[in-house]
Amino acid sequence: MVLAALSPVLSALPMSGEGDGHFPPEPQDFWQPLFAIPGTGFYFTRSMAAIAISAILLSWWLVRTTRNVSVVPSRGQHYTELVYNFIRNDIAKDSIGAKDFLRFVPLLFALFVFILLNNLFGIIPPIQMPTMSRVAYPIALTAIVYVVYHWVGIKKHHGIVNYIKWMIPPGLPAWLLPLVVPLELMTFFINRPLTLALRLFGNMFAGHMLLVVFIVGGWELFTSDSIGLKFVALPAWLMAVVMTLFEALIQFLQAYVFVLLAASYFSDAVSGEH
Amino acid sequence: MSGNLNLVGYGLAAIGPAIAVGLIFAAYINGVARQPEAGSLLRPIAILGFALAEALAIFGLVLFFISPR
Repeated sequence: MVLAALSPVLSALPMSGEGDGHFPPEPQDFWQPLFAIPGTGFYFTRSMAAIAISAILLSWWLVRTTRNVSVVPSRGQHYTELVYNFIRNDIAKDSIGAKDFLRFVPLLFALFVFILLNNLFGIIPPIQMPTMSRVAYPIALTAIVYVVYHWVGIKKHHGIVNYIKWMIPPGLPAWLLPLVVPLELMTFFINRPLTLALRLFGNMFAGHMLLVVFIVGGWELFTSDSIGLKFVALPAWLMAVVMTLFEALIQFLQAYVFVLLAASYFSDAVSGEH
Repeated sequence: MSGNLNLVGYGLAAIGPAIAVGLIFAAYINGVARQPEAGSLLRPIAILGFALAEALAIFGLVLFFISPR
């Protein structure tokens, strides 16, 4: 009886545009319009709602915990400082170096908390949509990192010509240059932003897909005619629970990796060494 | 039986990054076991290497979805 009452809830889980569940899930299922924005032809989607909520939540939390900063911190201030110290000391200072890491800390901290919260939305029940599983969001974040590390590099090397010269490792024999120069330029201008954006996108996308497969697949098994398959639904749902915990780990790790890589790109740009 | 061979191809392609990630963490565990105080120094390096190796698998995933069916 209870399960029968749950059925509309469960069948709504994949939340495809069509409204009814189908198996297996497809990339199109990640486009979930909530309502049309009148007069524009655009839609307000679930991921847009998630990213707006994350911005509001983060602003509220950070303003609240840092307004009355005291030497003996309140509990909220303590948690904010914990995350800030992690970014400042373990990521920024260690990879950029003690000389000029401080000016990158605000950007890195903002990126970390923003990506972490948006990733965690993938397993927080009312939202359950990792914003970064729509590729446009990681691309936008990567664009910020891309502009910053090139800007910093160009300033450090006094002009774009010197900056590009610096990208080529010194002391190479002339016959190797046609091979190495395109490779190095590709690394700086194509590979780095591409991997940065796609890594975050791919992890969130694949992880969310996996959860949908286990949960909706379990539902498909449960509603099938064969009594044997109904029992297989239970391990599938158990697996969904395990995978949700695993996802939480991945979501944290991806936020960490994104910021770590961004920090190492900044470090490359400001260090002046190759 | 129907399906898409791309899926098998992606499964095969994921073996490479899987071995790479395994090797990276094996080396990390080895390093920490030999010199526990190096743990905090090695962790970012290990995770960086893991992220770079994993990127190949992610590329495969994306290419699998954008390839014509």
